[in-house]
Amino acid sequence: MTAAIQVNAVEKSFGNVAIIRDLNLSVAKGERHAIIGPNGAGKSTTFNLISGHIKPTSGEIRLNGEVTSGLRPFEINRRGLSRSFQVTNVFARMTVWENVRCAVLWATGHRYAFWKNVDNLPEVKQRTAQILDDIHLSHRRDVPAGLLTYAEQRELEIGITIAGGASVIMLDEPTAGMSHAETERAVALIRRLTEGRTLVIVEHDMSVVFGLADRISVLVYGHIIASGTPEEIRGNPKVKEAYLGEEVD
Amino acid sequence: MAELIVISTLNGVLFGMLLFLLSSGLTVIFSMMGVLNFAHASFYMLGAFFGFQLTRWIGFWPALVIAPLLVGVVGMGVERYGLRNTHKHGHVAELLLTFGLAFAIEEIVSMIWGKSPVDYRVPAALDFPAFTVFSTNYPAYKIFMLVVSVVIFIALLVTLKRTRVGLIVQAALTHPSMVGHLGHNVGRVFMLVFGVGSALAGLAGVIAGPSLVTQSDMAALLGPILFVVIVFGGLGSLPGAFIASLLIGLIQTFAVALNGSLASVFGPLDPSLGASPLTDIWNVTIAQIAPILPYLLLVLVLIFRPMGLLGTRES
Amino acid sequence: MTNAVTPAPAMAKEESSSALSFYGIWLVAAAALVVLPLIFSSGGSLTSFSLIGIAIIFALSYNILLGQTGLLSFGHAVQYGLGGFLAVHAMNAVASHNWPIPLPVIPLMGGIGGMAFALLVGWVMTKRAGTVFAMISLGIGELVASSSLILRSVFGGESGITTDRTALMPLFGWTFGPQIQVYYLIAFWVMVSAIAMYALTRTPLGRICNAVRDNPERVEFIGYDPHVVRYLAYMFAGFFAGIAGGLTAINFEIANSAYLGATQSGLVLFSAFIGGTAYFFGPILGAILVTYLQLGLTNVTSVWQLYFGIIFIAIVMYAPGGIAGILMKHRPLIRAGTLRSVIPSYLVAAIPTLALALGIILTIETVARFSGGDVINLLGIPFVATAPTTWAAAAVLVVGGFLVARITWRRIAEAWDRAATVARDRGYLA
Repeated sequence: MTAAIQVNAVEKSFGNVAIIRDLNLSVAKGERHAIIGPNGAGKSTTFNLISGHIKPTSGEIRLNGEVTSGLRPFEINRRGLSRSFQVTNVFARMTVWENVRCAVLWATGHRYAFWKNVDNLPEVKQRTAQILDDIHLSHRRDVPAGLLTYAEQRELEIGITIAGGASVIMLDEPTAGMSHAETERAVALIRRLTEGRTLVIVEHDMSVVFGLADRISVLVYGHIIASGTPEEIRGNPKVKEAYLGEEVD
Repeated sequence: MAELIVISTLNGVLFGMLLFLLSSGLTVIFSMMGVLNFAHASFYMLGAFFGFQLTRWIGFWPALVIAPLLVGVVGMGVERYGLRNTHKHGHVAELLLTFGLAFAIEEIVSMIWGKSPVDYRVPAALDFPAFTVFSTNYPAYKIFMLVVSVVIFIALLVTLKRTRVGLIVQAALTHPSMVGHLGHNVGRVFMLVFGVGSALAGLAGVIAGPSLVTQSDMAALLGPILFVVIVFGGLGSLPGAFIASLLIGLIQTFAVALNGSLASVFGPLDPSLGASPLTDIWNVTIAQIAPILPYLLLVLVLIFRPMGLLGTRES
Repeated sequence: MTNAVTPAPAMAKEESSSALSFYGIWLVAAAALVVLPLIFSSGGSLTSFSLIGIAIIFALSYNILLGQTGLLSFGHAVQYGLGGFLAVHAMNAVASHNWPIPLPVIPLMGGIGGMAFALLVGWVMTKRAGTVFAMISLGIGELVASSSLILRSVFGGESGITTDRTALMPLFGWTFGPQIQVYYLIAFWVMVSAIAMYALTRTPLGRICNAVRDNPERVEFIGYDPHVVRYLAYMFAGFFAGIAGGLTAINFEIANSAYLGATQSGLVLFSAFIGGTAYFFGPILGAILVTYLQLGLTNVTSVWQLYFGIIFIAIVMYAPGGIAGILMKHRPLIRAGTLRSVIPSYLVAAIPTLALALGIILTIETVARFSGGDVINLLGIPFVATAPTTWAAAAVLVVGGFLVARITWRRIAEAWDRAATVARDRGYLA
């Protein structure tokens, strides 16, 4: 079976500084995969590389077997990969409803249509309502996204990410800055919404990581030093030495 | 021909140096504050008119010093009471504010000094031919302009390389996102940079006024060319702005001096063709298309090298 | 916030009543356009209405760029002017060949002209948004405006190209010679264009334009190429600007290079921004106000453009939402019934603010007329520009007005905060 995401020997340099060196990563279809690592290890850069936000200096990235390195983000998105952002990245002046609806439009085939009334598209309407319901924001549908609370914006961020129905979902620190109760809620939400899809997640909260992930990769200085099940990672001496020792007992 | 080349080169370099006095300030302000100052050419115009008025009252030499300082104060006021309050509404609002200012300044200037050119004369001390090339007398005042702009150019270089503010400016040019980390006096640095940039534009106005035409539309004529210069050189690149200033100065000056057209090179078109865009293009002289050359350059650069000559950032 | 949830039946009722009021607005607008010339039938007002109608289309087309897509253009008059020239050439061609094309179709040619130009240069121009787009639009504007003076056979040099709108075949007996017939032709196109541009905002493309305005980066991750979105928006804006240009050509029976110039581009930016870019109707208000002031002020003062500049700067600094933004801010208060608590502070502030405004006007006019000019007539009181009493009056009004007004403005802000808090508690404000 082809992997959902396959990263082969990818390198990324800014000037003379290699941020990512010889990165190899394989995420199977339907797997929940967490990437962990100390600050500055290159986790966000890895996300940006896979989602097409930046282009690798060398190496190759495949999505469901198809080479995507060098493609633009929207081309990769159309091939079934969607990502969220660490810093909330919504459409601030548009309402919650409009935010999610915009994220539904391409996937429902309406593209750049300028001859259809956007309010008269039943499948768009139904899908948007469903997602708002899923992320518990139906009662805030007419509020401009910029006026939501932080936790609500994070939920909307997830809603926008899954709205297009992508088969591969990448979430960049979805629970960052949340309280304990909010985090629990968000984890349940993520678990439910990514059911049957491939999930790649970057997270600092180890309870989230070990509770959610089927497999974990540890990124240190732009290089993956270990990849395996949570148990394997917990027991891996290299990981303990490089990183986990101080954060998880 | 040789005469034309020598004179045009001198004039072109002179015009280029004047452009650089303006584009350097514009580039630094844009890099540090993210604001494209639409009113920059208006400060140049204010410089010329202040220079004209002060010359009448107290003579050219005091005016040469006081007028740019006044313009600098106006610039600092614009930064302190205008831009700083508009900053929270985003860069588009800031750009619009400077656009409105440019519009208002032009109206105020024509309200006070009228719409026709004012009689801003070369000071008597410099009103003699410096030397004669072939049969052309080259005015001493132009040499004086050249000297002033070169002196300012060197002073700028030294300031950038040797002083603390210069280092901050340099850091801001290469890492614009770092500006926010300058510390608590960032506001004062911005105000200072904006003031110095405006004062330089004002100085350019004071010295260019007697040589070019001092008129209320001089800002509207020069402003767009300035934008071409900084896009062409690469946004945020001072060396780029320098090269682009000289290049556009030379191109403009040479184009104005050349009277050739396609018709004069290849002979006139068959008159039976009648009037058409082809005959228009065939008969237009290079001097006539001089005003559009900078914009043609802009389009070409955007197509073939979107970040400009020496630019590193896309926007 | 949970008490903000409207029960389902109430929501459905609200939806149908809002649909009704929505169509109502368009019908009222159409009726107003029909009736206006019957009430104000003088030649002068007909001319004004015609110009205002054209300005409305032009400002709305500009807002497709600025308000909807976040593109700040300093060269929108290029498409407007090219539309005008194409319309003039089309009219002359139709007239000389006796083609059976009536005048009301001509603005469409203008639209096609504007769109064709956008199609040609738009891809390169819209590669980037923000400041870079603004500069490029300025450069292209200058390029086209200067080139038009060189290509004399197409643009007619400085004098422009004239045409005769009555030379086309009449439609239902209308020759479009009288201004009233031209007015109705313009009114028809105002309705059609406004409806079309409003409809555009309600399409998938229109919504994605908003998304590109808010966050182009994120748009790339929901499947859209922001460059394509900007390009399409630019073409639509060009199309409607071209229609406005075509109507201008019909109205004046001439097209000249001033149509393409920076002044025209600046005026449309002023109209849209002063009216308010965040709401569809904002540019309509702006176009009416700016055109009205332009026509009215030219007779009163020689420095009317300066007043524009000052109004524009004031709006940018203190009310970036424009007139529409100020109006719409009051909507939640009206709904929550707390507007009444704000009005007294408005009335108190009105007096010193008016004094300040009069002081500024007096100062400007004093400077403008210092070296010769008429006596300043301010609210019926004559002021002589060279008299020290005038200077003193101006100084007192400006300084005193400002100091008092500043206090009353703070009062407004406080009253506002209280009213908004109540509105928020009642669930009418997020």
